[in-house]
Amino acid sequence: MDWSSHPAHVYRDYKSTVLRGPTKPLVAIDHTLSELTGPVYGQDSIGPLDADLTKNGQRNGEPLGERIIVTGRVVDENDRPQANTLIEIWQANAAGRYIHEIDQHDAPIDPNFLGAGRCVTDAAGRYRYMTIKPGAYPWGNHHNAWRPNHIHLSLFGPSFTSRLVTQMYFPGDPLLELDPIFHGVPEGARDRLISSFAIDVTEPQYALGYEFDIVLRGPNATPLEI
Amino acid sequence: MSPRQTPSQTVGPFFAYGLAPEQYGYRFTSIADHAVASPATEGERVRIIGQVFDGEGTPVPDALLEFWQANAHGRYNHPADDRKDNLLDPEFKGFGRIGTGTSADASFHIDTVKPGAVDGRQAPHINVVVLMRGLLTHAFTRLYFSDEETLNAADPILAQVPEDRRATLIAKQDETLAGNVYRFDIHMQGERETVFFDI
Ligand SMILES: [Fe+2]
Repeated sequence: MDWSSHPAHVYRDYKSTVLRGPTKPLVAIDHTLSELTGPVYGQDSIGPLDADLTKNGQRNGEPLGERIIVTGRVVDENDRPQANTLIEIWQANAAGRYIHEIDQHDAPIDPNFLGAGRCVTDAAGRYRYMTIKPGAYPWGNHHNAWRPNHIHLSLFGPSFTSRLVTQMYFPGDPLLELDPIFHGVPEGARDRLISSFAIDVTEPQYALGYEFDIVLRGPNATPLEI
Repeated sequence: MSPRQTPSQTVGPFFAYGLAPEQYGYRFTSIADHAVASPATEGERVRIIGQVFDGEGTPVPDALLEFWQANAHGRYNHPADDRKDNLLDPEFKGFGRIGTGTSADASFHIDTVKPGAVDGRQAPHINVVVLMRGLLTHAFTRLYFSDEETLNAADPILAQVPEDRRATLIAKQDETLAGNVYRFDIHMQGERETVFFDI
């Protein structure tokens, strides 16, 4: 793992890490076939509405909130496009409420918004999905704690070592500066989690566009120190 | 300059409807679940059960576990494993996923087949990804089988693990339960902290 890019397991300002992050040294191992392979999910793993979260949860109308388009490239550290690779997506609704039954935040559920989707990259590694901009929501980490607007993303990439679960943030969000989850990332790497507004992705009279490139670990990118 | 890796962030507490919707009863299809093997898969049926414990020994009710394994012939269903002498089983992808939030005791189980020895050197094992709220970067571990003592003793990865911690990676066959059941508990911290790998 490239620990200059990824958060350490225990980051005290994010309280849940204190009892859940491993504390003994990780055991570095050589890569075998087990690490060089991994589950393959591509175009055959998604349904027709999966990449449009503004439509895939509709019951009796349009979901509320600001429609957005999110697009970008998935590449590895050698800048090689990752074609036909699955991205799983989940998020809160415009009011900052998850449909998950354990979310007790007192904000309305939107009956027409599920908040889960999937998309697959094309031959050039590009992906694109439509959704509703998620709202900020409170959480119990510390007094008056609020998560910045974010979309959760999950990717497998080409092998077991490229597994990535992350969150995409929005430019200019004042809550980022106060968020211990964002700050768990090494300082020089944090900006990579913030999408950029893109007028050329924005569709007139319809939806704002955001660009977010995702860089997965590449083959043999991190020399092993055993 | 070549691009740098996108940092990891926690899966958070609300992953269920995105990553394991059918298990949790949401209106969205799952790409994978606890049934790693289908009825058509070749091999010896095994069930893996267990719990995930935090540093106070409390079972974690919002963990998500992923399992990646070779088939009964020791072959991975992936283009990087192109060995012709180990047969591919078209009925077996080799990937499973389960959350700990749908049982009263925060336990998990998967139904699969016992993987074959992988490359003539490695003992049968299942690769595991551990995700949960409070884990900013997921943890990698491996599950080996208690009834493979000879192969385990020769396994090159287990050999890199301090001897007194190897037991944390061995799923123990539980003969008190019906079927071929192995128990694999994951301890995030403490004296029995599971070995996690830096890969
Ligand atoms: Fe979230």
